[in-house]
Amino acid sequence: MELKVRFFALYRERAGKNLVSLDLPDKSTVADLTAEVRRRYPNLAPPEVSIVVAVNADYAEPETMLRPGDDVCLIPPVSGG
Amino acid sequence: MIEDNPAIQLTHDVLDAERVTSLVKNDTNGAVVTFLGTTRNHFQGRRVVTLEYEAFEEMAVKKLEDIRQEIRAEFSIEDIAIAHRIGTVPIGEVSLVVAVASPHRVEAFQACQKAVDRLKETVPIWKKEVFEDGSRWVACEDHEFEVPGGVPASAPED
Repeated sequence: MELKVRFFALYRERAGKNLVSLDLPDKSTVADLTAEVRRRYPNLAPPEVSIVVAVNADYAEPETMLRPGDDVCLIPPVSGG
Repeated sequence: MIEDNPAIQLTHDVLDAERVTSLVKNDTNGAVVTFLGTTRNHFQGRRVVTLEYEAFEEMAVKKLEDIRQEIRAEFSIEDIAIAHRIGTVPIGEVSLVVAVASPHRVEAFQACQKAVDRLKETVPIWKKEVFEDGSRWVACEDHEFEVPGGVPASAPED
């Protein structure tokens, strides 16, 4: 399945883009997605920093299964206020 | 403004603390606490010239409303309104307003502090401090992260 993945803030700058299209096997999880993201963008985050993912505008667990059409966003450490 | 709910505001405009406060203020209140988050001009001795805020807007509005509902459920308050500015915010200006109205002051102070704490933990908004000679995303402490042979993670953009 093809998924559109949005990048914000630090991740957007490091990836050099705010939107990428990823082709993942059906029934892939959030953890599968972040593994693929790390393969493509090794400079995104150090291995010890977990990449937080939002699916359809809510925080998702690594084991969350992705579905075609999901709105997927990578969330760097937040710092509002 | 991004959302119709007036108690939650995400905006590129200058924030009006009086207006946000007036959204919650009522004759049944004994206390109204309004917190202003303002932009600081220094970080570890470096002069910050301006701040840039970026948000994942749809989710940020949703998370701010979640916080609003949680705080209303957890504390004996009457109402709470939150406004956050995004985009470029010059030094010394207000980036955040949280107004809480309550029959009594203790709950108003506590609820306001909890709302700000939670916002800083969960709402997808990012702050970038811009220095005269560079910049940093606040809370991202891996700025010097670099893969051997790769492009430096902290390489400046054009």
